[in-house]
Amino acid sequence: MDPHIFLIQLLNGVQYGLLLFLVASGLTLIFGIMGVINLAHGSFYMLGAYLAWSLTAQLGNFWLALLSGFVLSVVLGMLLEWLFIRHLYRRDHLQQVLLTYGLILIFSELRSIVWGDDVHSVAVPALLAGSIPLTETLAYPVYRIWLSIICVVLAAGMYYLIQHTRLGMMIRAGASNREMTQSLGIDIGLLYRLVFAFGIALAAFAGMLAAPVSSVYPGMGNQVLIICFVVVVIGGIGSVKGAMAAALLIGLVDTFGKVVEFEIGGFRVLPELAGMSVFVMMAIVLLWRPEGLFGARLR
Amino acid sequence: MSTRVRSIALLVGLALLLVFPLVGDRFYVQFFSKILIMTIFAGSLNLLVGYTGLISLGHAAFFGIAGYILALYSPDTAAAGLLTSLLLSVGGAALLALLIGSLVVRTGGIFFIMATLAFAEMLFYLFHDTAIAGGSDGIYIYQRPTLMIAGWQPLDLANIVHFYYLVLFFSLAAIVSIHTLLRSPFGKVIVGIRVNEQRMRALGFHTYRYKLVCFVIAGALAGLAGYLAASQFGVVNPEMLGWHLSGSVLMMVILGGMGTLVGPVLGAFSLMMLEEGFQSITKHWQLLTGAVIVLVALYLPRGFAGLLPKRTGNKTLPPRSKGGTGSSAAVDRPYV
Repeated sequence: MDPHIFLIQLLNGVQYGLLLFLVASGLTLIFGIMGVINLAHGSFYMLGAYLAWSLTAQLGNFWLALLSGFVLSVVLGMLLEWLFIRHLYRRDHLQQVLLTYGLILIFSELRSIVWGDDVHSVAVPALLAGSIPLTETLAYPVYRIWLSIICVVLAAGMYYLIQHTRLGMMIRAGASNREMTQSLGIDIGLLYRLVFAFGIALAAFAGMLAAPVSSVYPGMGNQVLIICFVVVVIGGIGSVKGAMAAALLIGLVDTFGKVVEFEIGGFRVLPELAGMSVFVMMAIVLLWRPEGLFGARLR
Repeated sequence: MSTRVRSIALLVGLALLLVFPLVGDRFYVQFFSKILIMTIFAGSLNLLVGYTGLISLGHAAFFGIAGYILALYSPDTAAAGLLTSLLLSVGGAALLALLIGSLVVRTGGIFFIMATLAFAEMLFYLFHDTAIAGGSDGIYIYQRPTLMIAGWQPLDLANIVHFYYLVLFFSLAAIVSIHTLLRSPFGKVIVGIRVNEQRMRALGFHTYRYKLVCFVIAGALAGLAGYLAASQFGVVNPEMLGWHLSGSVLMMVILGGMGTLVGPVLGAFSLMMLEEGFQSITKHWQLLTGAVIVLVALYLPRGFAGLLPKRTGNKTLPPRSKGGTGSSAAVDRPYV
């Protein structure tokens, strides 16, 4: 493989992985801290992308759309937690699966009612519209590099928030012992509401960031949800570190899986199986370490 | 409800189902065949979700693979033999369940949900992205399977009334065999695993094997349903393996009331009839379905079966014991 093409694919893989991390980290945090399995997580990615499209059109500015979209998602998350999710903490996983599956149907129809079923695209903001030339014919878009940087900054911020702030300490305490934390005078209900709201806002934000590089289409939420499940299973449920490692791994495997076609030319089987490759990887991890790469040991 | 009223209700329901195709409209005979197929599918999943405590979100894999086996086995110009094709399809689904089960049963709780989903998706992409069986468009079954015994043709699946009775027979047979299975010592063990797996292990049961066998039985039954669905519609496509189908059959089980024999039947009938009704009201019918599902999750934790009056002197399934499932350390968080 040509080193420049290799570099481009490497950057693409890392960027895809980092984006997956944003979505998957919300999923894994909501499960790890609150014990809630949120099937509707992908819907927020989809809603984020549609929000970016519609707000950019309304406000005429991608950055304003990004900011207001994020605020809207946090508010939506708090509202949903208050309306539905808080009733599920003491219930079986099944009721959580049931309720959040119902939410998927509702959000997908609401999207269809509000925005229709068309595929849209969002223009890259003018500030980042350029690309960096690598050779005379190859160039790499600035927006994708900026996207990767934002994801890394958010990941670092998340790490700092959870490990080194008072709020993070409360969240960790709430995850390990809900009753004890509450009896120490911490409002665990509010804490959970915040975790849920920020978890889904991360997914929505990822959708908004992805809007200019991929198209905005109805099925995008379900597709990302499934991949995020794989990320979470490989990384270990509740582990943010694991989500990062697994997301990068999957980003790279998926991206390079699709370009092997270039490599071997006539041998057409491999790229067609690229869609399967991440699931094969998950099967291997399940065989080798059922608890995931960074998960707590089972039994 | 006394046992007597209950048996009368069951008999009346059965009688209605038996005479229905003689009087019913063609459309509804086909619609009810479809519902009955879903009761088999939901019943098989209930064996895992309701009785063994394994929440599978990838059960459509076995449903779909059986359909694909029928489609690939059927010759283009002649009808496939019913017995051979049925055996192949159900056997194939059971084999796939053994393969996937031996991996996923190692995990538990939430891992199980995600792992089953991911394996089903793997299969979905295999059929969607490659040209094995028509890719994303799927593959047609030009002639429905028939049963031929020495030139005599007692059953032709292309005949919708024949088909209806065949499906009714299989759906009753499935319910009876699940009932028998649950009353057997094997059934007691799997219910024991749901309640407290650690205790069953301490009692000396090799729980992995029991769960795996249960997974294979459920897979084979789902294969039966998939075979019937493929012969009804005459077309098989990757959606048959997709997670939407896995999700809606899980919804049927939970809506109806898991861990009860009538639950999946109730769930399949109510969800499919609700959807049919909503579709006639609005284009955005999924909004209404979603709302019903959310309301049931919030207010009817035992599903529609919870609305039925309890059988007098009935033993209901014991609840899952808290914190003792031993399925996964990550899931049994200390405050649960």
